[in-house]
Amino acid sequence: MFYSRGCPVSRTTAPLGTSISSPATRPPNLIQFLFNGFVDVIDRLMAPLQNRLGVQRMAYIFVLPNLLIFGIFIILPMILNLSYAFTGSTELFPADRPFIGGDNFARLFECTNFLDPNTCREDVYWRAIYNSTAFVIVQVAFMVIMALISALALNRKIILRAFFRSVFFYPVLLSPVVVALIWKWILQQDGLLNAVIVSLGGTRVPFLLSADWARLWVILISVWAQMGFFTLILLAGLQAIPSELYEAASIDGASPWASFWKITLPLLTPTMTVVLVLALIRAVQVFDQVVPFTNGGPGTATTYMVQYIYNTGFTNQTREYGLAAAASVLMALILFTLTIVQLRVTRAGQNEA
Amino acid sequence: MNTIAQYLTRTKGNKRLSLTDVITYMYLTLGTIVMFGPVIWLVLSSFKTTQQLVRFPPTILPYRQESVTVEGYDTPLDLYNVTMEDGTVRQLAQVRRVGIEAQMIDPANPEEIIRVNINQRQPIESVVFSLDNYITGVEQFNFWQYLWNSIVVTALATILTLIVNSMAAFALSKYQFRGRNAIFLVTISTLMIPLSVILIPVFLVVTEIGWNNNLIGVIVPGAATPTGVFLLRQYMLTIPDELLDSARIDGASEWRIYLQIILPLARPALAVLAIFSIMWRWNDFLWPLIVLRRSELFTLQVGLNSFQGELQTQWNLILAMTVLTLLPITAVFAFLQKYITTGIATTGMK
Repeated sequence: MFYSRGCPVSRTTAPLGTSISSPATRPPNLIQFLFNGFVDVIDRLMAPLQNRLGVQRMAYIFVLPNLLIFGIFIILPMILNLSYAFTGSTELFPADRPFIGGDNFARLFECTNFLDPNTCREDVYWRAIYNSTAFVIVQVAFMVIMALISALALNRKIILRAFFRSVFFYPVLLSPVVVALIWKWILQQDGLLNAVIVSLGGTRVPFLLSADWARLWVILISVWAQMGFFTLILLAGLQAIPSELYEAASIDGASPWASFWKITLPLLTPTMTVVLVLALIRAVQVFDQVVPFTNGGPGTATTYMVQYIYNTGFTNQTREYGLAAAASVLMALILFTLTIVQLRVTRAGQNEA
Repeated sequence: MNTIAQYLTRTKGNKRLSLTDVITYMYLTLGTIVMFGPVIWLVLSSFKTTQQLVRFPPTILPYRQESVTVEGYDTPLDLYNVTMEDGTVRQLAQVRRVGIEAQMIDPANPEEIIRVNINQRQPIESVVFSLDNYITGVEQFNFWQYLWNSIVVTALATILTLIVNSMAAFALSKYQFRGRNAIFLVTISTLMIPLSVILIPVFLVVTEIGWNNNLIGVIVPGAATPTGVFLLRQYMLTIPDELLDSARIDGASEWRIYLQIILPLARPALAVLAIFSIMWRWNDFLWPLIVLRRSELFTLQVGLNSFQGELQTQWNLILAMTVLTLLPITAVFAFLQKYITTGIATTGMK
């Protein structure tokens, strides 16, 4: 839906690759001929419209299709979501749902002790909150550190650099289902990893049946699957640091270690912050890989916030749309805060530069 | 040998490898094993038979026991290397196994039955990359249907995204009109809002339109990507306005300008967006999972998920189908690798 993996942050766009030759230099061919015919037809059909609207107002025609899809499937649902959050019953159609005020939110917050999910009415929700919090902290920290190390390694003058870069990026392309199945196969009782452990003299570990191991592996596979994306962004940030700075530093007798702390890290800070916030926003939404991997289990050990919303609204016996919508409004608030932080940070970074 | 060593150690203009270089190469090699090894393991495993898959510890390559057809027996018999009592090793075919005793025959002399202890025989195996798992998997998994659905969704969604996003980006970058800034700001502010936040109301809207259980319901809702509008607008801003003005003086209509000037010049940005869109749509899981309930409409990802849910134990088929699912995107990456990596590097961050 909201495909925002390649999140644009910069205000100016760098050239995106220039090897595609302009069509004007090519000899005319059949496709070109058909395309020209198509343009003529469109031209004829649209001429009366432009005569009536005038040149500048043609812009409305051009934004219209995008705006329609955007309005119907993004803006309207955002408004509807609030209506769901404040109404009850299991009806899907908003008109059939009675207004119940903040009851859904009250139900989510009905706890005697917020630190102990067992005392909450919606205990799964609070378990999901705590699981998500732990996941976000550990996953983001681990992934950003690994991505930074990988970017530093790939930024060195090494042979096979393009190859290594592709290899580190490759898992990013794999779908969540494929990632989950690959690792499920490796981690099962008779799997490759247990074979390695046994051959080293250990005993088999039930990785996906124990709560702690399952939590750890959900983190590890999501780092595996996403790290390449952040590595590439950090690599671009590293390559933007002028090499003269390092040369000057080495002439002044600075050790590589000192250049890293005094040049690389400070100049990489804007990129790092963006990476950090993007990673945070994505970690809050963790869902896709978990369903085929553990399906939230064992028990509720790997049930995160989106899974709670999905289960409450779509798979549980009683479809509690209102409750799910209330939970998603709360999640939207978290994401909104993170986005504001990101915009602030990006703007600060641009003012500095 | 010397030249190879020289070549390998030639870095940074120095003659020898420094310690940092050694550490870098060690890290990258380890990284390659961790990042790519699991996929290799998946592909190798997908050629194994069920018996091979449950073997512990597993073998790296897919082995298959050799068998021989012997006159008088309907099914092919498995071949073993048997150590005889006098210490010689003979190739024998197993007829049946009773407890710890195996009844074997010499394929050349099928009349005589030789009884041996099962510990004295070693299966004769050879590496075989058999396509059996793929053939059975494709039959049971309805692979072609899912593949077709995935292709339809990915192709149509990408085309639709390119059309509506480029039109909107053209308007937002090249015209002055009331509401322009408002539209742009609303678009940008929804960049970070994920589907999961508005899951239920989007489902309602799609249901009300009647697109539930319909591929159109998967294709259209995500077509107006904020990322795409932003990416294309930024690129189109770099196209000089004078080009448009001179075309207008020559009598070109706005549609002609869009189709014959803007689109060809924005090709690099369109290519990046197309690649993004293909990646997003091919791998999309949550939304198709909700919209598509009838199995003949499943995309590969949804199909694979339900397939692995049904066949908990049939790993041989699951593995083969997983390989088939990741194959197309891997092929796309192999060909467009440069565009994908530079695209992400330039749009994710300047």
